[in-house]
Amino acid sequence: MKTPRIPAMPMTRRGVMQSAAAVTAAGLILPHSAMPARAQTRGGTFRVGIGHGSTTDSLDPGLWENLYVQTFAACRHNYLIEVGSDGQLVPEIAESWDTTDGSTWVFTIRQGVTFHSGKDVTAEDVVASINHHRGDDSTSVVKPLLAAITDVRADGNTVVVTLEAPNADLPYLMTDYHIPVMPGMDGRIDPASTDGCGGYIVESFEHGVQSTVTRNPNYWKSDRAWFDRVELVSILDPAARLNALITGEVHLIDQVDPATIGMLESRGVARILSIPGNAHYGFPMDSRQAPYDDNNVRLALKYALDREAMVDVILGGHGAVSNDNPIGPANRYFNTEMEMKTYDPDRARFHLREAGLDSLDVTIAVADAAFSGAVDAGAMFSETARAAGINLEVNRVPNDGYWSNVWLNPNGDTPFCATYWGGRAVEDHMFTTAYAAGADWNEGHWSNDRFNELLVAARSEVDESLRREMYMEMQQIVSFEGSTIIPMYNNYVMAVANDIATPEQISANWNFDGFRCVERWWMA
Amino acid sequence: MIALRLALGIGLLFIVSLIIFGATELLPGDLAQQILGQGATPETLAALREQLGLNDPAPVRYWNWLSGALTGDFGVSLSNGRPISELIGARLGNTVFLALYAAALAVPISLILGILAALWRNSIFDRAANAGALTAISFPEFFVAYILVLWLAQTGLFPSMVRINPTTTFGDRIYMTFLPALTLTLVVTAHMMRMTRAAIINLMASPYIEMARLKGLSPLRIVLRHALPNALAPIINVIALNLAYLITGVVVVEVVFVYPGLGQLMVDAVSNRDIAVVQAVALIFAGAYVALNLIADVLSTITNPRLMHRR
Repeated sequence: MKTPRIPAMPMTRRGVMQSAAAVTAAGLILPHSAMPARAQTRGGTFRVGIGHGSTTDSLDPGLWENLYVQTFAACRHNYLIEVGSDGQLVPEIAESWDTTDGSTWVFTIRQGVTFHSGKDVTAEDVVASINHHRGDDSTSVVKPLLAAITDVRADGNTVVVTLEAPNADLPYLMTDYHIPVMPGMDGRIDPASTDGCGGYIVESFEHGVQSTVTRNPNYWKSDRAWFDRVELVSILDPAARLNALITGEVHLIDQVDPATIGMLESRGVARILSIPGNAHYGFPMDSRQAPYDDNNVRLALKYALDREAMVDVILGGHGAVSNDNPIGPANRYFNTEMEMKTYDPDRARFHLREAGLDSLDVTIAVADAAFSGAVDAGAMFSETARAAGINLEVNRVPNDGYWSNVWLNPNGDTPFCATYWGGRAVEDHMFTTAYAAGADWNEGHWSNDRFNELLVAARSEVDESLRREMYMEMQQIVSFEGSTIIPMYNNYVMAVANDIATPEQISANWNFDGFRCVERWWMA
Repeated sequence: MIALRLALGIGLLFIVSLIIFGATELLPGDLAQQILGQGATPETLAALREQLGLNDPAPVRYWNWLSGALTGDFGVSLSNGRPISELIGARLGNTVFLALYAAALAVPISLILGILAALWRNSIFDRAANAGALTAISFPEFFVAYILVLWLAQTGLFPSMVRINPTTTFGDRIYMTFLPALTLTLVVTAHMMRMTRAAIINLMASPYIEMARLKGLSPLRIVLRHALPNALAPIINVIALNLAYLITGVVVVEVVFVYPGLGQLMVDAVSNRDIAVVQAVALIFAGAYVALNLIADVLSTITNPRLMHRR
């Protein structure tokens, strides 16, 4: 039986909020958004159809990379800190955190939280969970992200993290979906374990097929995890996914094809959620290689594509134009004051002349593996570039092996290609990952002295307005001197059945309400 | 003679295993790269390659795998560390279940239609059965599947996707798997039906059929007792071929109905460079082909006294 109930904020949480003022690094946490007006109900089985997942998925958090494993992780795990629906930090296993100099961070671990196995969550578990992504033998994909951490140790019920240089954004890095709190044993976690301290306990799972979780009766949050049961099903075929939603087999699907949205809405069984976030599609150019080593050529190409048309055609309107800016509207320091680049063939020609060229012959390597519609986007780019005297040849390459053979130009023959990014909650995270000189994923192989200087300075700057100014300038540099063309921010487009209720605000942090739909949503 | 066929089959499997191994070596990229995806860095790549034993030379990896496979141990999946036999076990069961289900529908239907079509050659029935079967086989599988989903799933008669697990009862399985089985039935019926019809018609001109007819036997009896036994060899071969197809070639149907079978596993494994799984599945597929053709040959021999008692 479903019993309607008004959620009450647990006292412990309220206490945290009051003590939040003690946290330095101004404005890093704000209370939860106001209590939802609608009454949430407990119960029901929430079935999710996801267009990802394969038999080769791993339980090892260091290897997670698709929406299926991300959502499965959100079912069974908690993190040190959660990114709230409004993009602000919400304490999770870390009750509070503090720093005096930005280099040494102290996280106070919430007491009374237990893993599904019944074991208490301790500071040692947190240390083991973080250390899984550090060290020489670690295969974790977030190893570079945590490279600045020099030491992690448990001290009573606190965890002390020491950095080689101050970083005001460390708490944001701790929200990364790869770093759940897992039970430690002799300082290590078991990466093949499904044990966690999240809202649901794993009942069964089969990689690439389905997983079933049931509500954790001892979950410490009383205002979360409303469903009795959650089933995640991997449905790779877009039409099959849509059919599953229409016939009521599942309640939520991702990656709705823009072409089918009208038809789906006319059915009246589901609604579309189109959430603008920081995710973006782009075309990186290898700035080490001619002609892309000349910023005038890069600018010419940036003025030679029609961003508006791409948003309409490639995203079906479910997105927004980007000014070659990897920082998006969901970021704190999003720069909206830059001069907006539009489709301007004359301006493109001007920049070509500046580069000493009459015309330009380049080839772009594209595959839909980069993003859905990348091949079409390449063709559109080629059409609009012609008017600017740019002969852009579209080289369609196989999806298979795209990320190993084409992206990042490993063989030197694909200096211009396509890419996507899920977006990051903080500017530093995005810039450090893909724009800092020498970063592993610096797709443009781009290096700019002023930018790199600002990147380090901004990390440890505690003056909010100075910090803002630095990030504004960095976006300006990336936009007008960078080596990645970013025409659009793509919305997260999902379809949800009418018998599922969603909160007023849905997180723009990641797809599926920051993967937390399983916790935050309920049966209507 | 049967022993010789068996030996040839095993030899064939060995050659197939060599080809499978050679082909997977040619794929671009490697497993470590694929697991780490966009997150790969030279450092993490090197560490993972070392862990997975990808640095051994190809002949060493081939021998390790083949000797394991011969003892029933396919090793562990390179990408998630689970034993391959466990990974394949449930899915092989699902695939065989679907293949048998489809065969149980398709074989009787095509035999009956084929015999009746031969019996009433050039009648309206013959033409209608032919046209229907050819139409069904002419559409791509996914199209047939979507049409069935539109007619039978969106109206609420059958589920649009198959959600089975080891605890699903047999009755539920039959119900939930009906649409994929029906799709496959429509796809394979034409081949078997037309072969049945052609084989029987071919025999109807023979002198001994003429004799039977002169004796005044009924047309049905002539077909069933006199023509059919002699037409069995080609029919059995065609059924075996289609059964092998039902086991190895149903990826599209698996994808549309979200059916956890071997085909999807194979596709996943190829795109993820999980070479150990690719090899194991490919070997099972090759084994299915060889075994079914072997059975077909043996059965054809048994039904033909001239082959059974050859001097």
